[in-house]
Amino acid sequence: MNIFDFLSHGFIQKALIAGSFIAVLCSTLGVFLVLRRLSLIGDGLAHVTFGSIALGLFLKSSPVYVAVPVVMLSSLGIMKLTKKARLYGDAAIGIVSSLGIAGGVLLASIAGGFNVDLFSYLFGNILSISVEEVAASIVLSVMLIAVIIFFYQELLSITFDEESAKASGINTERINSILVIFTALTVVLAMKMVGIMLVSALLIIPSITALQMAKSFKSTMILASVAGVMSVVLGICISFAADLPTGATIVLLNILFFIAAFIYKTLKS
Amino acid sequence: MPIEVISVDGLSFQYNAVDVLTDISFDLGEGGYIGLVGPNGSGKTTLIKLLLGFIQPAKGAVRLFGADPAGFRDWHKIGYLPQKIVSFNPNFPATVKEIVALGLLSRKKFSKMPGKSDEPALSHAMELMDITNIKNKLIGELSGGQQQRALIAKAIVSEPELLILDEPTTAIDPETREKFFSILKELNEQKRVTIIIITHDTGTIGKYASKLLYLDKKVIFYGSFESFCTSGEMSDYFGEYSQHLICHRHDALNRR
Repeated sequence: MNIFDFLSHGFIQKALIAGSFIAVLCSTLGVFLVLRRLSLIGDGLAHVTFGSIALGLFLKSSPVYVAVPVVMLSSLGIMKLTKKARLYGDAAIGIVSSLGIAGGVLLASIAGGFNVDLFSYLFGNILSISVEEVAASIVLSVMLIAVIIFFYQELLSITFDEESAKASGINTERINSILVIFTALTVVLAMKMVGIMLVSALLIIPSITALQMAKSFKSTMILASVAGVMSVVLGICISFAADLPTGATIVLLNILFFIAAFIYKTLKS
Repeated sequence: MPIEVISVDGLSFQYNAVDVLTDISFDLGEGGYIGLVGPNGSGKTTLIKLLLGFIQPAKGAVRLFGADPAGFRDWHKIGYLPQKIVSFNPNFPATVKEIVALGLLSRKKFSKMPGKSDEPALSHAMELMDITNIKNKLIGELSGGQQQRALIAKAIVSEPELLILDEPTTAIDPETREKFFSILKELNEQKRVTIIIITHDTGTIGKYASKLLYLDKKVIFYGSFESFCTSGEMSDYFGEYSQHLICHRHDALNRR
C-alpha cells in the first residue's frame, strides 16, 4: 500500500486531523500545567472520566455527555480544594482522582461488572473517531489558540508567579478556571485517541521534550506542539503499518522524542 | 487634603486562631520610604499581603491610594517584588526580557503584548539593573543574584508610584546591593516614588529609608532611624547592646 492509498481511508483522514488538533491542545496546555507543577491533573481528570463514563453507562446515556460536565466540575473542584483547603495541587488531584476511580468501580459493580464499552474507553481507539469528534477537536483547538493569543501575557505571568500576577491586576481565578476547563474538555476528547490510561502522557511528555530545547516561552509552546503533532501523525502511520495499538505507539514515540531532546541538551551543554 | 498612599488603621490578622498581627496602624504619604524590619515570623510579609488585598484582615482597615484593596483597580501604580517565588521552576523557559516585560502588564490595555513602544522602558530597567547583556538568556539559567536583578527590573519597569519590595537584596552581592539602594533613593527623591522595603539589613536600610517600622506581631517602633537608635524605649525593648548592634554602632559600644 502506498501513501496515497493509506491517506485515502476516511478513518485515517479523521484520525490524522483530529489527532493533530488534539496534540496541539494537549501540548500547549501541558506547558502551563507542567510549569505549574500540575502535570498529573490530566491523570486525575482521566480517572474522573473513567468514573463519569461508568456513570453514563450505568444511566444508559451517552458517556461523553455525562463526562464533559462531571470532568469540568472536577477540574474546578481541584482548584477549589487547592485554594480553600490549602492543599498542594498533587494532593487535591489525588483526592479527585481516587473519587473518580472508586465511583467508577462501584457503579460498574452495581451494574453487574465491567463491560466491553468501559474497557474500550480505557485504551481508546483513534481509528474509530467520529466526524463529530473531529469537529469538536478543531473547534476546541481554535478556541484554545485564541485564548492563548488573547491572554498570552496573563498566562505567562500566572505561570511564572501567581502572586505577582495578582499585583498586576490580573484576575488569576478567572484565568485559572479557563485553563482547567480547557484541560477537562481536552482530557475527555483525548481519551478516544489514546485512552484514559495514557491521556496524561500527551499532556506531559511533549512539553517536557520542548523544555529541553527551549530558547524562550513562545518557542517552548511551538516546540511542544510540533513534538505532539509529530508523535500523533507518525504514531498513526507506524501503528497502522505494523498493526500495533495506536495510543501506545503515540506515547512511546513521545518518550523517544523526549530521550532524543534530552541527549541533544546534554551533548550541547 | 492629599490622599495617603497607604493608610493602615487597627489592622489585625489571625491564622488558625493564632494572632499574626495585632492592632497595626500607620500612614505612608507620597514620597515616603519605609524600611520594614523585624525578626523571622514577625508578620512582615503578612502585612504586605494585607496591604495588597491578597488576604483579608480579621479587624481593621487598609486603604491603598484611598481605596479598599479588595476593589483596587489602579495596579499600574504599584510595583511589587514578592519574598520568594514559590512556583519558580529552575527550568522556567522564559528569557530575562520576557520576564521583565511582565512588569508592564498592569499599564497595558489591549493588546497586553509588549510592543516597540515598550522598548525604551524595558531597555532602561534592564540597564539600571545591569542585565542588558543577559536579556536573551533563560531566567532559569542564571545565578540567584542575576535572577533577583531581573525580578527587580520587572518591579520597576512600569515606573510605579508605589514600590513594595519583600527582601529584594537576598542573594545579591554587596556592590550590586549598594547600587540597588542608590537607585531606590534616586527614584524616591527625584520621582517621589513611595517605597516599602522588607529587609533584615537594618543597618543598611537605616541609611536610606526615611522611616523604620519595626514589627514583631505588633508595631514596636515607627519613626526615623535616628530616633530608633536613640530611643530609650527601644533600649528597654531590645537591650542596649542589641540596639547598638542593630544601629551598627557596636564599635562605639566596644570602646566604652
